[in-house]
Amino acid sequence: MRLSSRPVLIGLPYLWLLLLFLVPFGIVLKISLSDVAIAIPPYVPVLDPSEGWAGITGFLSQLDFENYVWLTQDDLYWKAYLSSVRIAAISTALTLLVGFPLAYAMARAPEQWRPSLLMLVILPFWTSFLIRVYAWIGILSNEGFLNQALMGIGLIDAPLTILNTNAAVYIGIVYTYLPFMVLPIYATLEKMDGSLLEAAEDLGCTRLQAFWAVTVPLSRPGVIAGCFLVFIPALGEFVIPSLLGGSDTLMIGKVLWEEFFSNRDWPVASAVAIVLLLILVVPIVLFQRNQERSA
Amino acid sequence: MSHTEVFAPWDDPEATPLISCQDVTKRYGEFTAIERLTLDIFPREFFALLGPSGCGKTTLMRMLGGFEDVSGGRITIDGQDMAGIPPNKRAVNMMFQSYALFPHLTVWDNLAFGLKRSDMAKDQIGDRVEAMLKLVQLQKFAKRKPHQLSGGQKQRVALARALAKGPKLLLLDEPLGALDKKLRQQTQFELMDIQEKTGTTFVIVTHDQEEAMTVASRIAVMDEGRIVQVDTPGRIYEAPNSVYVADFIGDVNVIRGRVSALNGESAELNWGEGKRPIRATAGAGAVHDASGAFVIRPEKVTIATEEPTDRHNRVKGVVEDIAYLGNLSTFHVRLESGDLISAQLANSRRFANRGITWEDPVWLSWSDTAGLVLGD
Repeated sequence: MRLSSRPVLIGLPYLWLLLLFLVPFGIVLKISLSDVAIAIPPYVPVLDPSEGWAGITGFLSQLDFENYVWLTQDDLYWKAYLSSVRIAAISTALTLLVGFPLAYAMARAPEQWRPSLLMLVILPFWTSFLIRVYAWIGILSNEGFLNQALMGIGLIDAPLTILNTNAAVYIGIVYTYLPFMVLPIYATLEKMDGSLLEAAEDLGCTRLQAFWAVTVPLSRPGVIAGCFLVFIPALGEFVIPSLLGGSDTLMIGKVLWEEFFSNRDWPVASAVAIVLLLILVVPIVLFQRNQERSA
Repeated sequence: MSHTEVFAPWDDPEATPLISCQDVTKRYGEFTAIERLTLDIFPREFFALLGPSGCGKTTLMRMLGGFEDVSGGRITIDGQDMAGIPPNKRAVNMMFQSYALFPHLTVWDNLAFGLKRSDMAKDQIGDRVEAMLKLVQLQKFAKRKPHQLSGGQKQRVALARALAKGPKLLLLDEPLGALDKKLRQQTQFELMDIQEKTGTTFVIVTHDQEEAMTVASRIAVMDEGRIVQVDTPGRIYEAPNSVYVADFIGDVNVIRGRVSALNGESAELNWGEGKRPIRATAGAGAVHDASGAFVIRPEKVTIATEEPTDRHNRVKGVVEDIAYLGNLSTFHVRLESGDLISAQLANSRRFANRGITWEDPVWLSWSDTAGLVLGD
């Protein structure tokens, strides 16, 4: 009984991994190596097991890297990748800039307040993400609340154009991913022993020096975790740039969507997705190593 | 051992204290943590603040370190008024109860942390760190991070780091609290050794009376924000000025009654109708015909099966309990009056056939100077 139940217990997570990750990945990889066709599904070749061995070899011989070559020939793709990396990196930096003080204030707040503050950070997740992004359109548009307020207090004469620019995308990403930055940083700051700061002061630091010498290095694992948690999804972000960004906002998520739905070119869209995955593997591996080191 | 002069600057009216607290008060809202406390601590002293939790000893230490302001009164260190001076501007270092070692720095960098922020020349910092590592015998562990050290090693790093800047005063907040008993006893002697070597004034906060007795040159026993008694360990133990101190330090038998005679050094306590008054040394607060308390340490009470007619102080009772501790045996004897008195015997022989056991009628006796009559 014990002997037979153990492999099942160990095997179950691997089975989920196989079904939910490896199989879909294999399908996308296969499609990326196929050719576009006007058919259902819209690509060839399709594996037909009834033809036996000849069918399999014939199927494999039709797969090629044509779509990946295409990605290097049209400069739209690498520009979109580069632009996505840039937008994701800038957004991550901005999120850190907003998130760190927030997490710091939460960690230093009286202990009985902390659960409520934590709840406030998580609260936006309870409403639909799409509705929250739409709400930003109402705030940032030329007749939006922000421009009305700024003109109302006489700070500006003409409305600022924020919506449909990269600035709106940054605002959207910072707003959406802020909790992912705040929570890991808060977790590291909250468990930091307060006597460390007193010890630093005791040994000759001013408050500010103690912050740089103790708080910042000790919060590093949280900062790195937060940065990856924001950077990785922001890189492939589609909804925010398509709703808040303008026509010149170039992000790979949007390109992917257009290839898939407008061009109905599944093979190229799959190739775009595979390359995006490869780009993401680098930060994910770095992230894993950071987690292991801090553990 | 050279028998030079006994170290007792507190008895020398000419000596200048290093720390002087005058009417120091600390209030948190309505709560008074320290009330009008006056205390002098002298250079090179190993001074212990001893008391139960919540007695204000930690608050007093944190005021010396600059982590709390004083609500009233004045603290001077080396003649300088400390009001408004932050911790980083005081020639005082603290060894924290949690050790507060920087987890992201190696032992070496922990020790160098304070030195790098002082005006010490860069090339001297290395020498100083090496000297501190040697002092606490951790040369081999310089490259380790705190989480790779044992509790005792962490304790020594914390001590070395606090001493690295050569402070005038070192504050130690329950420095040995996290160590197990064996290691704690060994470390107490190391602490004393290092204190002597460096000549630094140590102020230690502890709730462990044995620890205070072992390491300190003087002990301040605190209770509810006040100092009850400041004295050498010997005098705290043998001449407590109140039942509270007698009870807090070590074990003690207390018999309450009325002071029936008081002449000079000796006093008598009437403790019940028809009982022979107890004769003892007159202690603090004993007033003739007022209520008083007789206190005596268990090891000064002799237990015997026969009536010791040569002693004035002798009472009859029944052995109720025996606590065998290996080196000592403590007999808890119920007197006819109902009082419970403990008597301690050193077990100087293995399996001594003393013949005293449970329910045995016994006689307890003590000399005329073995106990104290205190005001109650």
